[in-house]
Amino acid sequence: MLYLELLIQGLVQGGIYTLIALGLTLVYGLLRILHVAHAALFTLGGYLGVILTNATGSLALAMVLTMLVTGVVGMGVYRVAYQPILDKPPYVALIASIALFIASEEIYRLVFGPYGLSYDAPPLQGVIDLFGSGMYLKQAELLVLAGTGAALIGLHLLSTRTRIGIAWRATVTDPEMAASFGIRTQRVRYLNFFIGSALAAAAGVMVALLNNLVEPTMGSVPSYKALAIIVLGGIGSIRGTLIASLALGVIESFGTIYLGSLLDRDAIAFAFLILVLMWRPQGLLGRT
Amino acid sequence: MGYEITLATSMCISVVFALSLNLITGFCGQISLGHAAFFGVGAYTAALSSQAGLAFPLDLLAAAAAAAVFGFIVGLSSLRVRHDFLAITTMGFGFLFLGVVRQQDWLGGEMGISAIPGSGLSKLGYLGFVAAVAVAVALFSAYLKRSWLGFSFAAIADDEDTARVVALDVARYKLLAFVLGTAIAGIAGGLYAHHVRFISPDSFGFVESIAVLSMVIVGGIGSVPGVVFAALVLTALPLWFQVIEDYKLLLYSALLFIMMQLCEDGIGGLMRRLMQGRRRTT
Repeated sequence: MLYLELLIQGLVQGGIYTLIALGLTLVYGLLRILHVAHAALFTLGGYLGVILTNATGSLALAMVLTMLVTGVVGMGVYRVAYQPILDKPPYVALIASIALFIASEEIYRLVFGPYGLSYDAPPLQGVIDLFGSGMYLKQAELLVLAGTGAALIGLHLLSTRTRIGIAWRATVTDPEMAASFGIRTQRVRYLNFFIGSALAAAAGVMVALLNNLVEPTMGSVPSYKALAIIVLGGIGSIRGTLIASLALGVIESFGTIYLGSLLDRDAIAFAFLILVLMWRPQGLLGRT
Repeated sequence: MGYEITLATSMCISVVFALSLNLITGFCGQISLGHAAFFGVGAYTAALSSQAGLAFPLDLLAAAAAAAVFGFIVGLSSLRVRHDFLAITTMGFGFLFLGVVRQQDWLGGEMGISAIPGSGLSKLGYLGFVAAVAVAVALFSAYLKRSWLGFSFAAIADDEDTARVVALDVARYKLLAFVLGTAIAGIAGGLYAHHVRFISPDSFGFVESIAVLSMVIVGGIGSVPGVVFAALVLTALPLWFQVIEDYKLLLYSALLFIMMQLCEDGIGGLMRRLMQGRRRTT
């Protein structure tokens, strides 16, 4: 029973990781930028979710608005922070991104206060008895699992069934070739940032539901953990990101029980990452 | 006066630390996001060995040796993964170090190690010692950059595959860069342990790794005078900014962001362009 419970907790955490890391892997696939500031959008999503839910009283409405607004902010981040430095060495964008992330944490602290916010009446806190087996799952946790599944199916349909999705995949494969076929690669990049940021915002709202708390530093763990995940999965591979996120979630949840006296949660995740990279330098599903 | 001496000592330790990363990232082109771990290995080694009775300057050598051993291991990973993958792997080593230290009682766990013996020198004397180390490391870096070894490092930083084609033993030079750089970081850590005389895992985290990387990048990656200048200024800056306490980090990160947008080759690159401009006009 304990095993099953740990497994489900791990999958819920893995679902959150997936939603955050998807945007990151999309950005890396397209621009080869390690977008640390992605976690800033996750935090923004958490704040907007709580504020809008408290204002409108509807979680669904708040979720949609949050994803839209954060998506647009993500496009702004691309325009202001990355577009001017795309042709410079990769470490430039990395440092700019880290600086932006630190600045964002400070801005959240100054604007929303250092102690964080909570829902007035936290929604989806009821528990469901799973299979009548005496195993309980919070509704919010179920939402995470369903949301992750929906995001993956949506992304799959978008990238295989729509014109913009095909343009997107073409641009990832070879930007110059795509441009020569008349694809407006600039538009693809904006779309990329919009979708990635909206997914991170959704993850932010869900984490806020699970903990009933948003605080300025809630993005600092995801900021580096998500980087580890996209590298682990094989950079630019969506399937790899999914597998890596879920695997990391499960390994952390078992590891903290069985290895907790030796290593803390982050160290377990990174020990796993290093072992995998020494075995497969290109990541689990990466191509050389 | 005591405050100024303490600040100056911290600034000199930062110079040693930043130059050690500059050797790996600047000269040899191997990015590291976990450099604070080696600083930490040095600090813990110096703290424990001096508590065990090792005399002051000798325990710095122990710190350098311990850090170099870990540097060698991380260096081995740089033979397997490159660029962004290496950045994430080194970041992983940083977290692994923190995770292990936090859970080990003999390393003080979360509480850290306190009552580390001092250097036996007066405050001013210790500043003199640290400054001498900083100058020595700076001169060594400048020498290294012009040497045959530095030339090989530059070739690897430029294009690893081409370096291999012209029969450079890339693996050996990379390992050497990691061992040298991390040994110096270990010395910096040892100096830090004797300076503050209390260490805890929080002083060697991801933020510190980023801070030292920003010193190297703001200074101009690979430029020795630039990195020295950036290490001095960026260490003193947060303290000068204490007047505007609440906005300190915001200002610091905004500066870094603007720097990256406007002149990514840092102070060193800026100086170089100024000099070239002057030469062209004359």
